[in-house]
Amino acid sequence: MDEEDPVAATQQDLSSAPTPVVNGRTKRRSRWPLEFYRSGIGKKWVMAVSGVMLLGYVLFHMLGNLKVYFGAEDLNHYGEWLRELLVPFFPRTVTLWLLRIGLTAAFFLHIHAAYSLTRMNRRATPERYAGGRDYVAANFASRSMRWTGIIVGLYVLFHLADLTWGTANPGYVRGDTYNNLVNSFERWPVAIIYIVANLALGIHIFHGTWSLFQSLGLNNPRFNEWRTTFARGFAALVTVGNLTFPVSVLAGVIEEEPRVREQVQCETGVAPPDLDCAAFEDVEG
Amino acid sequence: MSKTLNLTLKVWRQARAASPGALEIYDVRDISEDMSFLEMLDILNDRLSGEGKEPIAFEHDCREGICGSCGMMINGQAHGPQRGTATCQLHMRKFADGDTIVVEPWRAAAFPVVKDLVVNRSSLDRIVEAGGYITVSAGAAPEANLTPVPKDASDAAFDAAACIGCGACVAACPNSAGQLFTAAKLMHLNLLPQGQPERWQRAENMVDTMEEYFGSCTNHGECEEACPKSISIDYIALMNKDYIKAKRKNRKLSGQR
Ligand code: HEM
Ligand code: FES
Repeated sequence: MDEEDPVAATQQDLSSAPTPVVNGRTKRRSRWPLEFYRSGIGKKWVMAVSGVMLLGYVLFHMLGNLKVYFGAEDLNHYGEWLRELLVPFFPRTVTLWLLRIGLTAAFFLHIHAAYSLTRMNRRATPERYAGGRDYVAANFASRSMRWTGIIVGLYVLFHLADLTWGTANPGYVRGDTYNNLVNSFERWPVAIIYIVANLALGIHIFHGTWSLFQSLGLNNPRFNEWRTTFARGFAALVTVGNLTFPVSVLAGVIEEEPRVREQVQCETGVAPPDLDCAAFEDVEG
Repeated sequence: MSKTLNLTLKVWRQARAASPGALEIYDVRDISEDMSFLEMLDILNDRLSGEGKEPIAFEHDCREGICGSCGMMINGQAHGPQRGTATCQLHMRKFADGDTIVVEPWRAAAFPVVKDLVVNRSSLDRIVEAGGYITVSAGAAPEANLTPVPKDASDAAFDAAACIGCGACVAACPNSAGQLFTAAKLMHLNLLPQGQPERWQRAENMVDTMEEYFGSCTNHGECEEACPKSISIDYIALMNKDYIKAKRKNRKLSGQR
């Protein structure tokens, strides 16, 4: 018995080989939305639905911002319109807040699902191929989703601090969207962060826009071949549109409008003492 | 005379499930390009046996692409570089003289190595046990025309039923997801009239069982390329659709909310 008999050893391994435990038993029986979300397919569904909400947001966000090319009054007026959505049915800013709450919820659900599915995938793939992999279908976008997602997520926080809360933007004046934006992009590190983040977003939504059809089970020979084209077009539209903003500011196509800034300061009661607000009242009258 | 090849093989050798493994290098000479990949391994194994060494363990049975037992990772691709074939159908003419070929077992938490290139794929059996059947009382075969099947449904079901359960989809998936196998086994029944009575229980049970062992699909599409039967990832979308519906329907069917 000094040397082990290889045949007997293999037979022993085979007969005693149980099916390995990887993720553990699927937890069942609770309220159905919870039960559904506990499954991987349920999480992908939530990811896709929250992804669609975020896609809608990035599209309209880009389209709305194109008003920057019509001038400061147009863009600021658009900002005001957002605050007055559905007035008088809702009081001012209520609709905007509802949208914000919905988007925040979508954002966190999207990240939670991504996190928990990534954990599940790590459990399922403990070992890499020693000789490496030769990918045939997986592309850069599909394989970098977690990284592009993290870049976009961090960027969103910075973007809010920069242009919504103003904490990362020294010359920030609430209500003067136009000049805040121009001020911000005139600092070239900010412009570069913006460009990198939007390229990451473009890559993320290219795979995401294709992937979501599969996750939602939207599959039909009539439109299957259009899904990739649609994903390309959508990602390109949003990315190119967004990238024009910092480029235009740096190229001097969009410039600061101090008069508009002063007017906003006067109207919102934050004018510095040396500013003569009477001039604007004349214009109004 | 057909051409012959001299090759360097790097093969994963692992004596037992619990022992460590490593790639070992073998030179093989005068391999006919008309041989299959498995025949090439047979030649090497003959030589190893003759030298008193342990031959390389690999699974095989039909050697014609229908049993699904011969899966192995060849140069980082499941079943090797040729699309739509199993390893046993891969000819050596797909390689060039002087090539180095890396041969590894499937890797996934759900597929532990038993020995060398042989893995334990019983997790796939668990999925089929959970619903990959229809319940009918056995007896004389019914008259075939009693259950008309729409042509499209029968074609789609047939394409899914081509699955030989080899596990290449899992092996090729960067997430080790079992989606393509499960979708094929689920949808070939769910598309047919005979599969309707148990359709929603089947969807829920098979998917829930799959998720005990495998990762989650991120729609890379590697599985479809690796599949020796070229089963489309369209079935994964159909499975997702059925599972989403099933989660609600099964509660209604059992009188719950
Ligand atoms: C505005 C921001 C975002 C948009 C528009 C967006 C959009 C999408 C879409 C449409 C999908 C596809 C869903 C599916 O396949 O079912 C997706 C997937 C994903 N997202 Fe996002 N996402 C955003 C932000 C984020 C953030 C902040 C993270 C994480 C930190 C993230 C991580 C992921 C991951 C890991 C996937 C999974 C990839 C896959 O399954 O292939 N995303 N995203
Ligand atoms: S040996 Fe049967 S499929 Fe290859």
